[in-house]
Amino acid sequence: MPETVHLPERDRPWMMRTYAGHSDAKRSNELYRRNLEKGQTGLSVAFDLPTQTGYDPDHELARGEVGKVGVSIAHEGDMRTLLKDIPLDQMNTSMTINATAAWLLALYIVAAEHQGVAESALQGTTQNDILKEYLSRGTYAFPPGPSMRLIADTIAYTVEHVPKWNPINICSYHLQEAGATPVQEIAYAMSNAIAVLDAVRERVPENLMGNVFGRISFFVNAGVRFIEEHAKLRAMAQLWDELGQQRYDVQDDRHRRFRYGVQVNSLGLTEAQPENNVYRIALEALAVTLGRDARARALQLPAWNEALGLPRPWDQQWSLRLQQVLAYETDLLEYPDIFEGSHVMEGLEAELVKGAREEMAHVAELGGAVKAVDYMKSALVESHRARWRKIESGELTIVGMNRFQSTEPSPLTADADGGILVVDPQVEADRRAAVERWRSDRDSAAVDAALAELARVAADASENIMPATIAAARVGATTGEWAQTLRDVFGEYRAPTGVGDAVAAPSEDLTALRDEVERLSEALGRRLKFLVGKPGLDGHSNGAEQIAVRARDAGMDVVYEGIRLTPAQIAGSAAQEGVHIIGLSILSGSHAELIPSVLAELADAGVGNVPVVVGGIIPESDAAALRQAGVAAVYTPKDWDLNAMMRDIIALVGERNGVDSAAPA
Amino acid sequence: MSAGPADGGRLGAQLRDGDLRAAAAVLNLVESRGDEARAQTEALLAAVSPTALHGEAAGFIVGVTGPPGVGKSSLLSRLVAAWRAQSRSVAVLAVDPSSRRSGGSLLGDRARIERDPSDHAVFIRSTAAGDRLGGLAPATRAAATALSCAFDVVVIETVGVGQSETEVADVADTVAVVVQPGSGDVLQFLKSGIMEIPDVLVVTKADLGQLANRARADLEAALLSLGSDSTVVSVSSVAPPAGISELVEALDAHRAGLDLAQRRVHSRRMHALADYAAEYGDRGLRALGGRREAERWLSEQDGGLDVAALRHALEDRARLP
Repeated sequence: MPETVHLPERDRPWMMRTYAGHSDAKRSNELYRRNLEKGQTGLSVAFDLPTQTGYDPDHELARGEVGKVGVSIAHEGDMRTLLKDIPLDQMNTSMTINATAAWLLALYIVAAEHQGVAESALQGTTQNDILKEYLSRGTYAFPPGPSMRLIADTIAYTVEHVPKWNPINICSYHLQEAGATPVQEIAYAMSNAIAVLDAVRERVPENLMGNVFGRISFFVNAGVRFIEEHAKLRAMAQLWDELGQQRYDVQDDRHRRFRYGVQVNSLGLTEAQPENNVYRIALEALAVTLGRDARARALQLPAWNEALGLPRPWDQQWSLRLQQVLAYETDLLEYPDIFEGSHVMEGLEAELVKGAREEMAHVAELGGAVKAVDYMKSALVESHRARWRKIESGELTIVGMNRFQSTEPSPLTADADGGILVVDPQVEADRRAAVERWRSDRDSAAVDAALAELARVAADASENIMPATIAAARVGATTGEWAQTLRDVFGEYRAPTGVGDAVAAPSEDLTALRDEVERLSEALGRRLKFLVGKPGLDGHSNGAEQIAVRARDAGMDVVYEGIRLTPAQIAGSAAQEGVHIIGLSILSGSHAELIPSVLAELADAGVGNVPVVVGGIIPESDAAALRQAGVAAVYTPKDWDLNAMMRDIIALVGERNGVDSAAPA
Repeated sequence: MSAGPADGGRLGAQLRDGDLRAAAAVLNLVESRGDEARAQTEALLAAVSPTALHGEAAGFIVGVTGPPGVGKSSLLSRLVAAWRAQSRSVAVLAVDPSSRRSGGSLLGDRARIERDPSDHAVFIRSTAAGDRLGGLAPATRAAATALSCAFDVVVIETVGVGQSETEVADVADTVAVVVQPGSGDVLQFLKSGIMEIPDVLVVTKADLGQLANRARADLEAALLSLGSDSTVVSVSSVAPPAGISELVEALDAHRAGLDLAQRRVHSRRMHALADYAAEYGDRGLRALGGRREAERWLSEQDGGLDVAALRHALEDRARLP
């Protein structure tokens, strides 16, 4: 009989968080304190897009985005309000912040000073991973070189002054959201970590590299294929240990331990029959907790209704309860690693390690992760395309979406609010007024001096940006001022879209579509031309990229300029390019403000007659309003058949131009 | 659009009056196929011909070409800013490669050119290249010709090395080939004659310092050995910006030293031949005794003829309809 293998003592559970924050600091603080009362053990701050990309609430690009996907934080006063009555010497706070990570960390340090807590006592994480912003998430602000320097500076600073802080969370999470296969997710995350470590190596004393290595943590995704996903984490732990030993000569075993937090997959969550997402989330949570040797340090779970809109506090509570059931009711934490000696798990792990090594070698050949951004972006667009084709063909089953679609009406979405959070539209106006008041109430000479010093330090790559950043935070500089100062020194940047090099689709089922495009183009006199635009600050471009690539594969001329365009820019492009149709994509919830602006700009530019279709996470009540305003069609995540969408576009253009693209009888 | 092609004569008149907002409609017209669109395009070109203008169009047609990934668009972004700082209006015709299989294309170059959407003196249009890599879209010649009577600068941007700068040279007053340090293939192409000698060679990424300067020295040596002392090698950098105003000056200097009328006459002849070849193919060219013979014959025709007239002359000569 095998001996029982109980642990002598039940393991302590992972840190439980909920990715939360909306509107302003006061409302988010109330939400955090309620969440902590419910048994959440750490904070995970969601910032709005203007804060993430370095704009104040009253900036033109912030329009429609203030307080939407997270909380708006414009200065240290906001940060103090956000953390009011939360003891920062005990709290462990994760901040999803990247381009402006150095700034938000500075605000956090200053807020702690006000609580009488020394920076050396602070615990938490700044996400601070810029490469994945170029690859997937889109909230970058500066070009790659200066961005890597900011990351290296925050790491160098925290290793010395905030030793319990995780200055960077290398994110494989968003790579999976952008379509990465497990091998790509591992390889690109590791390559990214190498780029960061190499950059830091030049900025810290050699004897601190072990500590630096030990402070690097990862932010990982877990999809519903939970066995393979678990193997992925074991593979990452193995590669990370190797990297520490071989490339950075890290001697201390504890420094080489693979530490990671998780937000499980949102890509696979469906709008159709959204209640099924609860099961998906539970299985994904198992992927990152089942085996003790590769268990997550911190976990946050999405809400069941993410594909519908912003989750409400109750939705988030439901996800927290799942974590608590898993940690406190089940026997999961009573055993050593349950996969030890499993041939299947070891085999899977070896397979993934092998694939990842090959892909890492390729990235290294291209000169490392920073130089390989274009390559990785194209590879992700390609993987995402392949996944989507499998969903369309039925090779990949998504229950309730491409199979088992028949359903009873859901009582969960029958509420008056449609089962989502709606941010008070007054928030944006209030935030604009508040930041203006803040600017007029502070010592502006001190702010000017601090920003001048910041500009000087930014221009001198041999200095660390953090002390000047903290000084600017103390005297009341704003998020937008900090970022603009750096933009002036570093320059602006547009990341590659990845669609230019996308491989043309195998032609099987596109032949009929291409014939239709040809016929319509012939009737129009020139090739059907389609503008795909992403207005506003939302950087989630995966959907827009897939639409652009499919339209190209269907034979259209597609104009796609990437993310973060103003309505005026989109209208200008539409007019100059002479497009026949415009598709706009917004996932951040700012459609109600931005789409009508685009329509007005199009009319001003003399192309108000060009039909506009919209895609995004758009509740039906908003969709109706958009159609009323002149939008020809609204698509949401339940519209997964891209070819059907292409046929709609062809029909729409034909109808608006009074020409026929139907096949000859 | 359902109303049929725009009135080419009227668009030409708008351009003659310097109405930059006509540019989008001009492009829509010249990109259109069909007999009626062709007739209107001919009317447009007649309305902006030297006869109608009493001289050559004043706009400066610049070709910018080079291999993929050398930073053409970023360089162009800086050039556009520099021209705007001189209050010159700019039209950019960006020719992107298209997918052979689907016929569709992804046009993203305009994204890399920073501009103020309220500035109507900058016009950017992306066009799919058509069948051949590096080839000019058929409409691009007509567009460049037409827009050069309203815009101060018309840029034709193409991708490739070899074929493309030859074609661009047929349309542009001045051709700049953009290369980056360490691109030895360009040196080889130059030496072997695969690539014609450009008017201006731009070495990008001057921030690489020595590497860029060595590339410049190598190229200058190669050009000298080929007997060319007229090509200017310009070294520039986008981030941090450097050498941009020198490049603007070099382009202007080349244009100033040019026999413009002669270059434009050549351009119209090549345009007519390209249109003819696009319509009648190899068979059509054989009917003229081959491309070389056609070029020779064209060079003897009246320099004042516009593109349509030249094309009809070619058709008459080949006894085609």
